[in-house]
Amino acid sequence: MGYDLSMRVWRGNEDGGALQDFTVSVEEGEVVLDALHRLQATQAGDLAIRWNCKAGKCGSCSAEINGRPRLMCMTRLSEYEPSETITVTPMRTFPIIKDLVTDVSYNYEKAKEIPAFAPTPPDPDGKHRMMQVDVERGQEFRKCIECFLCQDTCHVVRDHEDNKSAFAGPRFFLRYAELDMHPLDTHDRRQLAQAAAGLSMCNITKCCTEVCPEHIKITDNAIIPMKERVVDRKYDPLVWLGSKIFRRDQREEVES
Amino acid sequence: MSTANSAHIGERHSYDVVIVGAGGAGLRAAIAAHDAGARTAIVCKSLLGKAHTVMAEGGIAAAMGNLWPDDNWKVHFRDTMRGGKMLNNWRMAQLHAQEAPARVLELEEWGALFDRTADGLISQRDFGGHRYARLAHVGDRTGLEMIRTLQQRAVSLGIDVFMECTITDILKDGKDGDKVAGAFGYWRESGRFVVFEAPSVVLATGGIGKSFKVTSNSWEYTGDGHTLALRAGASLINMEFVQFHPTGMVWPPSVRGILVTESVRGDGGVLKNSEGRRFMFDYIPEFFKAETADTIEEADRWYTDKKNNRRPPELLPRDEVARAINAEIKAGRGTPHGGIYLDIASRRDADYIKRRLPSMYHQFKELADVDITREPMEIGPTCHYVMGGVEVDADTGASSVQGLYAAGEVAGGMHGANRLGGNSLSDLLVFGRRAGLNAAYHAARVKNQTPVSIHEEAVQAAANTALAPFAEEGGENPYSVQKDLQEVMHSLVGIIRTADELEQALAEIEKLAERAEHLTVEGNRQYNPGWHLAIDLQNMLWVSECIARAALARTESRGGHTRDDYPMTDREWGTKNIVLSEREGAIDLAIKPLPALPDELKALFEEQS
Ligand SMILES: Cc1cc2nc3c(=O)[nH]c(=O)nc-3n(C[C@H](O)[C@H](O)[C@H](O)COP(=O)(O)OP(=O)(O)OC[C@H]3O[C@@H](n4cnc5c(N)ncnc54)[C@H](O)[C@@H]3O)c2cc1C
Ligand code: SF4
Ligand code: SF4
Ligand code: FES
Repeated sequence: MGYDLSMRVWRGNEDGGALQDFTVSVEEGEVVLDALHRLQATQAGDLAIRWNCKAGKCGSCSAEINGRPRLMCMTRLSEYEPSETITVTPMRTFPIIKDLVTDVSYNYEKAKEIPAFAPTPPDPDGKHRMMQVDVERGQEFRKCIECFLCQDTCHVVRDHEDNKSAFAGPRFFLRYAELDMHPLDTHDRRQLAQAAAGLSMCNITKCCTEVCPEHIKITDNAIIPMKERVVDRKYDPLVWLGSKIFRRDQREEVES
Repeated sequence: MSTANSAHIGERHSYDVVIVGAGGAGLRAAIAAHDAGARTAIVCKSLLGKAHTVMAEGGIAAAMGNLWPDDNWKVHFRDTMRGGKMLNNWRMAQLHAQEAPARVLELEEWGALFDRTADGLISQRDFGGHRYARLAHVGDRTGLEMIRTLQQRAVSLGIDVFMECTITDILKDGKDGDKVAGAFGYWRESGRFVVFEAPSVVLATGGIGKSFKVTSNSWEYTGDGHTLALRAGASLINMEFVQFHPTGMVWPPSVRGILVTESVRGDGGVLKNSEGRRFMFDYIPEFFKAETADTIEEADRWYTDKKNNRRPPELLPRDEVARAINAEIKAGRGTPHGGIYLDIASRRDADYIKRRLPSMYHQFKELADVDITREPMEIGPTCHYVMGGVEVDADTGASSVQGLYAAGEVAGGMHGANRLGGNSLSDLLVFGRRAGLNAAYHAARVKNQTPVSIHEEAVQAAANTALAPFAEEGGENPYSVQKDLQEVMHSLVGIIRTADELEQALAEIEKLAERAEHLTVEGNRQYNPGWHLAIDLQNMLWVSECIARAALARTESRGGHTRDDYPMTDREWGTKNIVLSEREGAIDLAIKPLPALPDELKALFEEQS
């Protein structure tokens, strides 16, 4: 049954802002995004929000709901008591553009630093052969919808603007891990991840994993294995020697 | 802000090729244009990676023959044409079927990780209207894999991307020039204007579904590219053909229209009415009788033995299934929330369902409190895809305006009267690449021969039009006009149409257009969705009128266009396209012959097996 919901929504821009109180009528089965859309259509036409799919697939509608980083389209109102006030604020780690919309360009910049995928040549019939078990690890990471909630949550950058230049963040550790575990990829990015992406700054608190709407085990399945292998190689002279001779990414480093 | 309401244009960029849209078609076009040596930019309304393509679930159709060696381009071509009720542009359907396998393999070359067959090849799944299991997929999140792969490729090539930037006008050469010279747009973040100078523009803006009340489409699908093309002097075809996907969610109300992938049926799910009857057996049309199972036993055997059994009627093309569902609901055999049951729970075990359809499992669990491994889903038709679009040259994607190209959902012709599932993602790759390449060649020719330049008056006019809603006081709220338009399209131009209702719709659209001339928006130009909607609404009105006009003109039923007053398919109409163009601010409708199928391809339809 429908009822009147009390909401507090952060409104403002880079010059400042505040929580604003609203009362909005809502219906059974609705999500936080529905309530905000109704606000937009009836009370606040210029309320800035991002959304696209409304089904947890595109990762556009990230915000903090009662302080928790979540997707607004996947947060049911039925999780809260009808009398409870729902507070929606923008992701804290990124600079504000307006209202619930933040400047997430940090993430797109980090994405540019990741080297391109470089596969082995295909079989003579033009096809690649990979076994399902071998692609599954990578597939888990590729479920990522780039909502950047993990980036928002990670304490290394959440209140430490100065760490951003050295730290790619959990979303991009996934990318390094994914490439590293890709059955066809020829690079070896472990050292790169350690050096360029700031993997060592992560102290495996698992906060990122907790907020991931895709339930990707970021810390256990990507970060920890990467950390382990980085360390392994440092202490394994054979691997070290091999990497000196064969690795393409290192060759490039020397040449440039 | 300094930009308060000034029409000042501070920012200009110059490229060889500007791609409008960053879905599958736009990204693939950009990669092709870049590879052909063009300085290329991508412009898109949302953040990179959020276009509709990301939502695609089921898969990419390509006759790779990994599971069924008998599959080849000819079979795929035939399926596509039959699914489109033979109204497809045959050359597009041919190129599509021939090139799709290479385009899919290329994605793998760029890092995509598709699900595998037992011998390690790309796995392929069954979908409606496809003779063989043909859709390359990753669970039910194929679009995500595709867009991420293309996005990462484009980023690694260093292609410039202008995100959250909306194009509102195509700019032409000189005062009355007929060639493209660039594009005009605004940054959503700041509301500031930006001009792109470029001899080639590729439209890859997707569809129009936001004009309908119940839709699987997002806020972006306001028909921008369709309208940009029309206003720039290009023509649209097939606009009467709108695809209603048979299975959208119906409950709770807030998720009404959200897609339930056809893979549920491809993987064994069946449709039942409130009496528990698998009603699709009652709706097998003459056209598909020979290839559709007429008993439950045969239908069920087909999943494992396709050679000796015919396809279940649940996997008829979408137009057939949507109409059947509509009829069952109208006959009073619907579910409590006005849908039909889609049941996979009683047919496959829970592990299989969770593995094959993880995001459907997730979506129903989290949004509707339904566990699809235990209970049936309630579903009903939802506006999903527009077959109609910019009339283009099949081989190059060129529109009739020099320098203007279109690819993907915004282009018309490829799918005829009805699109088969999976044929869109492959369409994006095949024709995105072709449009990108040819746009690059065109840019090179123009630069060497007759350079183009933008006309400043046109730029100022575009700026003034965009700002109009701020000048108006006491006008209407754009959200209300949008809502009324969606209601009109839903109730008068929906799955089943009549002349009376279409005429009524046209009258209503005219009234809405008048209301839309006096919109008032709150606030300023900084990230203002109300203002953005006021601009997009004009495009929604244009395409809605195109759809209603074409639907009124086509006095027959075919594919995604069903006329209650003309329920039969008409041979005569089967050779004709309805072509729409703009003349002095109004829509002009013409009827043109469809390109005829060459004899060697005609033979494919005679050797019916
Ligand atoms: C839920 C769902 C599931 C689907 N599943 C499948 C499937 O399994 N298989 C299949 O083949 N098809 C499927 N489809 C259809 C298919 O996904 C779409 O047809 C296809 O993705 C459209 O791609 P596109 O590149 O043409 O456009 P889109 O991916 O929609 O991209 C359009 C781009 O244009 C931009 N744009 C639009 N207007 C402007 C403007 N004015 N200025 C600047 N930029 C603009 C947008 O921002 C966006 O970047 C599905 C569709 C939906 C909605
Ligand atoms: S586990 Fe590492 S990356 Fe994740 S939140 Fe903690 S510190 Fe950040
Ligand atoms: S890893 Fe999870 S939380 Fe992080 S961006 Fe991807 S989907 Fe979002
Ligand atoms: S709108 Fe796409 S994830 Fe919420």
